[in-house]
Amino acid sequence: MRVTQGCFSFLPDLTDQQISAQVQYCLGKGWAVNIEFTDDPHPRNTFWEMWGLPMFDLRDAAGVMMELTECRKVYGDRYIRMSAFDSSPGWESVRMSFIVNRPKDEPGFRLERHEVEGRNIRYTTKSYAADRPEGVRYGGK
Amino acid sequence: MSVSAVSSVAPLQAGETSPAGQVDLRREFNEVGIGDVLDQLDRELIGLKPVKTRIREIASLLLIERIRKRMGLTSEVPTLHMSFTGNPGTGKTTVALRIASILHKLGFVRRGQVVSVTRDELVGQYIGHTAPKTKEILKKAMGGVLFIDEAYYLHRPDNERDYGQEAIEILLQVMESQREDLVVILAGYGDRMDKFFGSNPGFRSRIAHHIDFPDYADDELLSIAELMLGDMNYRFSAEARAAFVRYIALRKIQPLFSNARSIRNALDRMRLRQANRLVADLDRVLTASDIMSLDASDVLASRVFSNGSAE
Repeated sequence: MRVTQGCFSFLPDLTDQQISAQVQYCLGKGWAVNIEFTDDPHPRNTFWEMWGLPMFDLRDAAGVMMELTECRKVYGDRYIRMSAFDSSPGWESVRMSFIVNRPKDEPGFRLERHEVEGRNIRYTTKSYAADRPEGVRYGGK
Repeated sequence: MSVSAVSSVAPLQAGETSPAGQVDLRREFNEVGIGDVLDQLDRELIGLKPVKTRIREIASLLLIERIRKRMGLTSEVPTLHMSFTGNPGTGKTTVALRIASILHKLGFVRRGQVVSVTRDELVGQYIGHTAPKTKEILKKAMGGVLFIDEAYYLHRPDNERDYGQEAIEILLQVMESQREDLVVILAGYGDRMDKFFGSNPGFRSRIAHHIDFPDYADDELLSIAELMLGDMNYRFSAEARAAFVRYIALRKIQPLFSNARSIRNALDRMRLRQANRLVADLDRVLTASDIMSLDASDVLASRVFSNGSAE
């Protein structure tokens, strides 16, 4: 099941050229772009790990693409996303976030029904991938 | 990433009307607007003949390369990394800024910014500090020009565990693999740069353009002084000009002479003396011409004439 989070996630995966164009748009707006990765695709997991620091004061997307290439070399089997932060209001706020790398095989989520008092049912989603320990969830090294 | 380099020149292609296979060189030249930059270079930089010739050659090559690309005659992206050698105050930094705008106009760098760094900004303090630091600078310089002043400090031959070597390796790697993303310009004094290249042959071979900045002749220094004064809305009186010619001749043979930079410092000191002279006589009514002109006395008060040091 294809994970859909952030911008463009209902489109086919972006090519590097398209990613570069989106990053350039962000830099043109004066936003700092940050690369994050995770192997826990649960939609409520907001804490992805950072690949280095957010990149401030860049003028050209080539710098971000260089880091993305590096990150893919190490974590190519995980989800990688880019987030663009806007500091113009006086604090950093995310303006744009999109997935740039995903595992080859995405097993998806199961719905768990939990029967509680009365005839009530509580629902929860669990990622099949998260059944395995961190780091080896997508056939990692 | 070369694809986005193409897209930055796309608007020019859209206006193309001449049939494929024919190129109006003059139109092409005007369209790019390097004529203005080169003229400005001639006007504002005195002397530096070999430098100007080399820049013209590079600009011509890039113009032709642009046309070739349009006609589908693909070739390797020309290597544009440069090294500027020359004595202090010969205009290396100034020229680097101009080069960036020429390369930008020709579409060979996408943004045209100049990131000027020295050893401190590239080399870290402890193990594992250097690589991120160097990479951060490289990322900032992407799409523009990275100007490394006094590049020989990167290499410390007396300390083999110096972190400078790590910075050099990262630089070399990016200079080779991302040639279309950034242009690196190394600058420094001639003899020390030669030593630096001697111990880092990788650098020498990755740099296509070695440009040597000659020292200025006396009359060139005088023209530079007048240009600087003009920019500051000052001028020499006739006697002051004659005195300054003598000043240049005397200053040149003294130690620590750094070409245009010494001239600028001398002018700043003359402005001080002129201001002091004007303020000394408070009852006088000043005209614009009084305020603008430097007198011979302002020049002659320099210690250079009394056989002392000027600095």
